[in-house]
Amino acid sequence: MIPARFDYVAPTTVDEAVRALADAGEDGKVIAGGQSLLPVLRMRLAAPTKLVDIGRIPELRAIREDGDAIVIGAMATHYEVQRDPLVREHAALITAATDTVADPQVRHRGTFGGSIAHADPAGDLLAPALAMDAEMVVAGMDGRRTVPAAEYFVDFFTTAMTPAELLVEVRLPKYTGWRAHYEKFNRVAQSWSMVAVAAMVRTDGGTIAEARIGLTNMASVPVRARAVEDALVGQAATAENIKAAAANAANGTSPTSDGNADGEYRSHLARVLTGRALTAAIG
Amino acid sequence: MRITVGVDGTRYTDDVEPRMLLVHYLRERLGKTGTVVGCDTSNCGACTVHLDGHSVKSCSVLAVQADGSEVTTIEGLARDGRMHPVQQAFRDNHALQCGFCTPGMIMQAIDLLADDPDPDDNAVRHGLEGNLCRCTGYQNIVRAVRDAASKMAPGAGPAAEQVAEPTLDPASRSSDADISAPAPSHTGGGS
Ligand SMILES: Cc1cc2nc3c(=O)[nH]c(=O)nc-3n(C[C@H](O)[C@H](O)[C@H](O)COP(=O)(O)OP(=O)(O)OC[C@H]3O[C@@H](n4cnc5c(N)ncnc54)[C@H](O)[C@@H]3O)c2cc1C
Ligand code: FES
Ligand code: FES
Repeated sequence: MIPARFDYVAPTTVDEAVRALADAGEDGKVIAGGQSLLPVLRMRLAAPTKLVDIGRIPELRAIREDGDAIVIGAMATHYEVQRDPLVREHAALITAATDTVADPQVRHRGTFGGSIAHADPAGDLLAPALAMDAEMVVAGMDGRRTVPAAEYFVDFFTTAMTPAELLVEVRLPKYTGWRAHYEKFNRVAQSWSMVAVAAMVRTDGGTIAEARIGLTNMASVPVRARAVEDALVGQAATAENIKAAAANAANGTSPTSDGNADGEYRSHLARVLTGRALTAAIG
Repeated sequence: MRITVGVDGTRYTDDVEPRMLLVHYLRERLGKTGTVVGCDTSNCGACTVHLDGHSVKSCSVLAVQADGSEVTTIEGLARDGRMHPVQQAFRDNHALQCGFCTPGMIMQAIDLLADDPDPDDNAVRHGLEGNLCRCTGYQNIVRAVRDAASKMAPGAGPAAEQVAEPTLDPASRSSDADISAPAPSHTGGGS
């Protein structure tokens, strides 16, 4: 199908984009890679009257190092993130999760920032961003502000940004030397996570010194598996300890039931996948 | 809105509505009906083309987003009446039945080979995960891509197609020279 009519602007700076969004008000919408938005527009599930294309703003594409952080521009594509050596070295969990997103064609167009801003609870980059304590840098008419991941994801497809704000970049603290794995469960190759586990550990000798675990699609927003993290720290990195800790993965979550899986099955998946993710991460 | 796009080596300037999808521009404005629409939900990959050297689903790109870019479609692969090695390999290996998925499969296979010139079966399946075929069961598609890989020297692929003129440097790698290479020993067994 063909989307409903809209006006289209393609600014070349963040300031122009923010102004265009402010002018458009409620009827405006950002288009980044379009890989989530265009299907929605084609099915006419939404009909914004003005699209602000941020694909021609060079500033938004860069991936760079900034002191203790790796900064990923909102318009960096999944394909660019997958291949970026800085991300691989200091934010391996992002590389691992991005590898599982969609298919090559979608990864060529879809963007890191688009996935974060879209805030689909099944999106694969939300739980890694949460587990890493990422910070989202957001621009509006009043300038820029920084929102921690724990406050950014508010509900299904809802973030702490207003419609007049633009996600500019995501700052990830460096986790150099940590081992990471993203374990995703889905029905067909290119599809979304039914449940997935983003796991990252720092080992010291044979002991788990620190652990950070995020869960995809176990709530309307990504959640941390704190009970598992707490159970792991200070333990020897053995199969029994991983298994015992992973049994806590669904504690405190209230996963939704839908056509793919009911809540109880999602809880089961969270426990099994957490065990697998930790085993793979520790290697 | 006025856009200028290079498609299969020719430049076009056209006025389009912002909501026009790239696939509709290619098919309905330029008559390039070799690129097909299978699902219209971004899932099947039948509409795959190369945009500035990378595969994309042309049903999921606006024509205005392609302004200033180079597009290669299935119709831009043949040179001087000879098929691209991947096209030839699909033919040689019976990698199609109804043929509806084939344009997208071939465009994605070329993209895959640009990233990984010598993929194993698993890498081919993974690289084609965004392309659905309802006929072949994929077996012969995988075989064809590996056959093509063995016939194409490393590095061929979208980068090699980035030419402003339809005439290629005869020495360049994606020219027809490879098609006449000796038949490879088929990997993966079978008949
Ligand atoms: C077939 C298919 C399979 C997929 N499978 C997966 C999968 O397995 N896992 C997964 O995680 N994703 C998957 N995706 C989605 C894909 O990752 C998209 O790239 C992503 O969800 C959105 O990125 P985008 O750049 O395309 O954003 P767009 O589609 O352009 O935008 C999405 C939404 O975010 C808003 N937005 C985008 N960028 C910004 C910004 N910088 N500031 C403010 N708002 C912004 C837009 O207004 C829109 O509401 C799939 C998509 C398809 C088509
Ligand atoms: S028609 Fe574009 S993905 Fe199916
Ligand atoms: S040959 Fe018929 S869909 Fe692939």
